[in-house]
Amino acid sequence: MKTIRSAAWRLFGVFRKARRELEMAEEMQHHLDSLTERKVAAGMSLTEARAAARQEFGGIEQLKELAREQRVWLWPDQFRQDVRFGFRMLRRNPGFSFLAILCLTLGIGTNAAVFSWIEGILFHPYPAVAHEERMFALAGITRGASGFNQLSYPDCVDLQRNSTLIESIIVDQLVATTLSIGDRAERAVGGLVTANYFEAIGVRPFLGRAFTAEEGVGRNAHPVAVISYETWKNRYQADPGIIGKTQYLNGVQHTIIGVTPENFHGTFVGVSFQFWVPMSMQETFDPTGYKLEDRGARAFESFVFLKQGVRARQAQDELSAIARRLESDYPETNRGHELRLLRLWQSPFNVAAEMLPTLEIAFATGLFVLLIVCANVSTLLLVRSLLRQHEMTTRLAVGARRGRLLQQLLTEGLILSVLATVGGIAVAYWCRNALVLAFPSQSPGIIVNLPGQIDWRVLVLSAGVCVMTTVLFALMPALHASRLDLAGAMKSGSIGGHAGSCLRSMFVLVQMSLSFVLIAGAGLLMQSLQHIQNASPGFSTKNVLLSGVDLLSAGYNVERAKRFQDQLLDRVRTLPGVESATFARVIPFGLRDFSSAPITVEGYEPGPDEHPIADYNQVGPDYFGVMGIPIVAGRQFTRADDESHPPVAIVDETMAAKYWPGKDPIGARLQVKDRWMEVVGVARRSHYRTKLETPKPFFYVPLRQNFAVQGGLIIRTRESTAAMTGALAHEVHALDPNLAPVAAMTMHEHVNRGTYTQRLAVNLLALLGGIALLLAAIGLYAVISYAVSQSTRELALRIALGARATDLLRLVLSRGLILTAAGLIIGAAAALGLTRLLGDRLYQISPHDPVAFGSAFLVMTTVALVACLLPARRATRIDPAAALRA
Amino acid sequence: MAKEKPDLVYGTLDMLILKALQHDPRHGLAIADRIQQMSRDILHVEQGSLYPALYRLEAQGWIKAKWGISDTNRKARYYELTAAGRRQLAAEQQHWARITRGITLVLAGT
Repeated sequence: MKTIRSAAWRLFGVFRKARRELEMAEEMQHHLDSLTERKVAAGMSLTEARAAARQEFGGIEQLKELAREQRVWLWPDQFRQDVRFGFRMLRRNPGFSFLAILCLTLGIGTNAAVFSWIEGILFHPYPAVAHEERMFALAGITRGASGFNQLSYPDCVDLQRNSTLIESIIVDQLVATTLSIGDRAERAVGGLVTANYFEAIGVRPFLGRAFTAEEGVGRNAHPVAVISYETWKNRYQADPGIIGKTQYLNGVQHTIIGVTPENFHGTFVGVSFQFWVPMSMQETFDPTGYKLEDRGARAFESFVFLKQGVRARQAQDELSAIARRLESDYPETNRGHELRLLRLWQSPFNVAAEMLPTLEIAFATGLFVLLIVCANVSTLLLVRSLLRQHEMTTRLAVGARRGRLLQQLLTEGLILSVLATVGGIAVAYWCRNALVLAFPSQSPGIIVNLPGQIDWRVLVLSAGVCVMTTVLFALMPALHASRLDLAGAMKSGSIGGHAGSCLRSMFVLVQMSLSFVLIAGAGLLMQSLQHIQNASPGFSTKNVLLSGVDLLSAGYNVERAKRFQDQLLDRVRTLPGVESATFARVIPFGLRDFSSAPITVEGYEPGPDEHPIADYNQVGPDYFGVMGIPIVAGRQFTRADDESHPPVAIVDETMAAKYWPGKDPIGARLQVKDRWMEVVGVARRSHYRTKLETPKPFFYVPLRQNFAVQGGLIIRTRESTAAMTGALAHEVHALDPNLAPVAAMTMHEHVNRGTYTQRLAVNLLALLGGIALLLAAIGLYAVISYAVSQSTRELALRIALGARATDLLRLVLSRGLILTAAGLIIGAAAALGLTRLLGDRLYQISPHDPVAFGSAFLVMTTVALVACLLPARRATRIDPAAALRA
Repeated sequence: MAKEKPDLVYGTLDMLILKALQHDPRHGLAIADRIQQMSRDILHVEQGSLYPALYRLEAQGWIKAKWGISDTNRKARYYELTAAGRRQLAAEQQHWARITRGITLVLAGT
């Protein structure tokens, strides 16, 4: 404590040097004056008194200097001196400095970029929101079931009404629709929000106004919209008179009442919203019906803002109490439903949750690369410190303390890492949007937005990394360099020594083994990705094309849409090369979600807390044929399964096994939304959303009996997408000149879009693994090169005595390869332990997969061989005569 | 005029300053006077050498300084003991007592 205070005091003295100086002079002058006065009073003349006082006081300038030493801490001065000297050393060795700073920038930059992504996606996703720290996501869970549900609107209203700890609750539901301005129609994504939305998040429209409270109520009564800054700029050419103009959203005319500020992109991680409409317009945007008064329709994503000072735990307790009250008040819809308050990054409803595993991998990999960089720069410093040995011995010989030398060397290291950190933050800044590039091309109209966020937390962390890095890479070489054996070094003038070479070898081992872990990990993920891509989704991905026509925004009603679909199918089926075609409300693996409903199965007695629920899809006749999903029992849907015939359903194998174990479900009955339907077939189990999903009960109903205007067109054909798009456009145009089909896409592309997180992880790991390998190769090369240059005399002697080139090659290579082999063994041991952490990110592959490990061995050995071969060849070209004479 | 030797045992100046400040805050000259007076004129502090010592004690946090007006109506820096300074003084007094007792014993021996 005492030392800290005294240090602080002295440090303080540095900054207030000028004032201190003045005070000191004044104080001493006062003393002298008083002394003089006293002597005058005793009878001396003024001149005599002055001289006497000065003599009694002592040499004033020497005393000042002595006093200064007491008050000004030496360290900051020394530090300044060290920094100046350090910069001089860096300039003297530009090659070394450049390489070291480059390596460090790579390491620190990688970490800073990963930090900024984690910050921007998980911890600080909505920088424009006023009280983000009090913002939480809200989700429902069903007792006994896994996963999160959305909330029903009436439940949200009750929450707001009954909670004392919640300041506001907002609903923010993503809606995808068609935005028509004049005769231009485009897909657009926006938010269906409660009227208090903008007020709650503290975002004020930069033009116009936000929603009023009454615009939130009244079924379809308030067609008003707030548009985003980008939409205003790009679609309306930044029209200053935009307020009051109208645009068509989903075919309904909306009045534009506001424009959001430039930095606001909505509250959905991953997607930039283009417009916001009030909750009252829900029905317009949701083809599945009006849900604002339906407590059973859990279809809304919401956030809450807690009151100031309220802790999440308290709020959760209150939420649970409210949920229990809702359960007893509305047992029909709410029994078994609980509420959960989630941190923003835990929200299951946006892209953040999907990105989590990738970010974890990126984080771990970033640290690995940093360690490798540290080992690498350490090696460089060590080699350089040998070259500076003369300087060090001289300094020690003239009396520098070892601590002082250490301080100097660490300062030089700090200069390197500070420069690299500045560079690294610049790298992170350039890379802040890099994640978007790795995102697959989404459907048109979706603006992917995954920005990294460089804020004080990222800067503080990066500074921490900077300091940690300095200690890691500079301490060992500095300790080594300052522990010189003075007498020995002065005498022989030779450099190196056993300890140094050991340390260098150790650094190479560290790099080799860490690189091995990264490369083995990348290999595993790559194979896992391949497995995923090769795995069958349960339907054919070959010779199947996807398209669609947006009938909803074209204003088609159910009757017209049915007629249009029939006519289009007839035309498409006769196109050359087309085998079959059908419509479905949802195409598996797409962005749109399946319908989901509570079901009652005849003859199945659910457990006390069990609420049978299943996802289903509305599909056209011949769907199973087009998709290539085998029907294992019963029949598939036909054209006869229409409105005039009794409702039917086809269940998948998972559902059959769950609800009719050991029985034949054909002919059994199933109730969905108050309607009984007969099971007419069992379809082979397939994947519905991703290949990694766990099988859940799923069933199909005929599109005709459960019609939806919006749907996707699926065509089985050998034709190319381009040919099909052209032919389709022709047919659609013939039916309705105002319509155009969505560009066709192969099912293969469509399905693989879903693997982007895995691809992202593989790309990141492969890139960083490559960098690590390169660094390790440089490290190995540097060490072997140095060894060769040090043993020139020995090698020359061997040549002179008749050693052949191959002998020398073997001699040098063996040293490098021993290091490599040791590094690989350590690396393999570490990898065996570490790859297990990849765990469930690996699909159908063991974390100890021999192929991945084998290839890592191969790659590393090859690179090591090349890195050693270059210096080894140099060894064989030594001119013995010149070397021995030198 | 022959200058009197300071006669101070090396390292004791700090302790004497702390002692001189025990009851009242004082400025530099007053500290020197006080030491001289308390020692009944035996100890003479070299005036200027007070200041490095004062700054050292201030950096240690044992005394603190503030500007005030002296008896002669001049602006002067007054030093006073801090709580830590009081503890330090007590410790040093104890230490000194032990040492002098030891020295006395040695010198008294035969």
